[in-house]
Amino acid sequence: MADAPLRIVVIDVDVLRASVIEDGLREAGHPFVTVIGEMRGLMRRVVEIDPDVIFINLENPNRDVLEQMFQVSRTVQRPIAMFVDRSDTAMIEAAVDAGVSAYVVDGLKKERVKPILDMAISRFNAVSRLRDELDRARQALDERKVIDRAKGILMKSRGIGEEEAYTLMRKTAMGESRRVADVAQSIVTAAKLIGG
Amino acid sequence: MLSIGFIPLVDCAVIAVAHDKGFAAAEGLSLALVRETSWANIRDRVVLGHFDAAQMLAPMPIAANLGIGGFDAPMVAPFSLGLGGNAIAVSTALSAAMQAAGGGSAEAGPAETAAAVAAVIAGRAARGEPPLTFGMVHPFSCHNYELRYWLASAGVDPDVDVRLAVVPPPMMVEALRDGLVDGFCVGEPWSSQAVDEGVGRIVAVKSALWRQSPEKVLGLRAAFAAERPELVDALIRALYRAAAWADRPENHPELATLLARPDRVGAPAAQILRALSGRLVVAPGGLARPLPDFLVFHAHAANFPWQSHALWLYSQMVRWRQVAHTPEHAAAARATYRPDIFRRALGPVGADLPAASAKVEGALTRPTPVASTSGRLVLGPDGFFDGRLFDPDDLEGYLASAG
Repeated sequence: MADAPLRIVVIDVDVLRASVIEDGLREAGHPFVTVIGEMRGLMRRVVEIDPDVIFINLENPNRDVLEQMFQVSRTVQRPIAMFVDRSDTAMIEAAVDAGVSAYVVDGLKKERVKPILDMAISRFNAVSRLRDELDRARQALDERKVIDRAKGILMKSRGIGEEEAYTLMRKTAMGESRRVADVAQSIVTAAKLIGG
Repeated sequence: MLSIGFIPLVDCAVIAVAHDKGFAAAEGLSLALVRETSWANIRDRVVLGHFDAAQMLAPMPIAANLGIGGFDAPMVAPFSLGLGGNAIAVSTALSAAMQAAGGGSAEAGPAETAAAVAAVIAGRAARGEPPLTFGMVHPFSCHNYELRYWLASAGVDPDVDVRLAVVPPPMMVEALRDGLVDGFCVGEPWSSQAVDEGVGRIVAVKSALWRQSPEKVLGLRAAFAAERPELVDALIRALYRAAAWADRPENHPELATLLARPDRVGAPAAQILRALSGRLVVAPGGLARPLPDFLVFHAHAANFPWQSHALWLYSQMVRWRQVAHTPEHAAAARATYRPDIFRRALGPVGADLPAASAKVEGALTRPTPVASTSGRLVLGPDGFFDGRLFDPDDLEGYLASAG
């Protein structure tokens, strides 16, 4: 008899990250994925769905809400446990590094669940990397704008061309062991204060 | 370099002070304090070794040693970070209902307020209304056990007549305001926050439920404690001196400012100061009331890891069916708290150490001198509000009579 399809819940207020995990799960052949982004009434929703696997990001204080599910009680029919193989410390470390924790209902086979865990870990990491790249790209763009403004200020106040202005900033930066972007910011700030 | 996890509550004070006021540095320790968002994270990071030690809910290391904590490794608790500090607050609506049921006087003790809430519960059940919901911070928390003890004292079954739900402390006030919970038990500053925002009223405090009772402990992996005893001892000495500093009223304004920082508790200093001084405003717009021993960081041997505390917490785990009672489980619970490590660390610096490692809880009705190394130790009062005694040498008797 084939295994019943797994019901998976992803708890994350980060809509982008949650949808990346959800997509990955569906692509891997798991149609029953619910994303919970609203933390109020979390326990009730989780109990309603009665999932086999729950993912939650580590910064989420509502992790403690899930702690109630470790024991069978009137509200919790099937107790859950953290990670499917608690002796797999490498996997657990990888999950913690990625910022995700996984809860699995008692009795699920390791082989079924590990691929899902691995995928969630790798997607959490992918989102982090994407975000870091995005931050770096934004910062580079902002710095580009400041450098352009500084060039304009130098060109106007010293009557020099664009290339000469940039060379001047670069030499100053090297001489003071600073970044060109920081020198540019100083120029922009000084021009604002000095006026004109 | 020791990495220490903590949760933003007023009773992270001893750990914060050890770092911020130089007591750790004086012991040659470099502490990295890490502010965490959940007890689950604290537990996981201690198990994995990311944290060398952490502020923990007093029952947590016991649960770990019983293998019921969710993600466990053998742990020890050689130091208590203070006594008291929790409060039970209810919504203004529930408070009004309790007053109508006769339990609302400002001087009402836990027995009266429990009886009032029981009457409200019975009335609601008779009218077919949904059960009340109470929030607490974690299944293995004194908050959970205090709520249950208080409710059960008036005949309420906490698993049948009400709903107990975990709510993260920073979400408790909003949950109360939005009616997701009707009351909660939480550490400061959250009950005071509920009062300040006009959404709740404090109806019972931990120090009245069980005076001088455990709340947070320093938790470490047993392996780490065994491998690095000199580090553990230095940390205990730093925390001991930090606790003494934090207990002094003349230091409270500075401590409140320190804890108000966003990288510590992040609550208003004036609000934190009320908790430190034990003068709480219990109703919106009300006056501050003095609550003796509301929060004790050092006095009355507050830092001593009493094994009777460990056993009482175990008794509650058994009472509420979190663990089955066996002699092996009881022994494991008792051995979680390590007065021997406390003595090893502090004996050499002349700290006044109790002669005993366990005591009959609730036996002291007034401050009482007890046997200690320098003969100056005064303990108590330490009563339960219902007058019961807990004799750690008669666990079976207590379990049988707890109901």
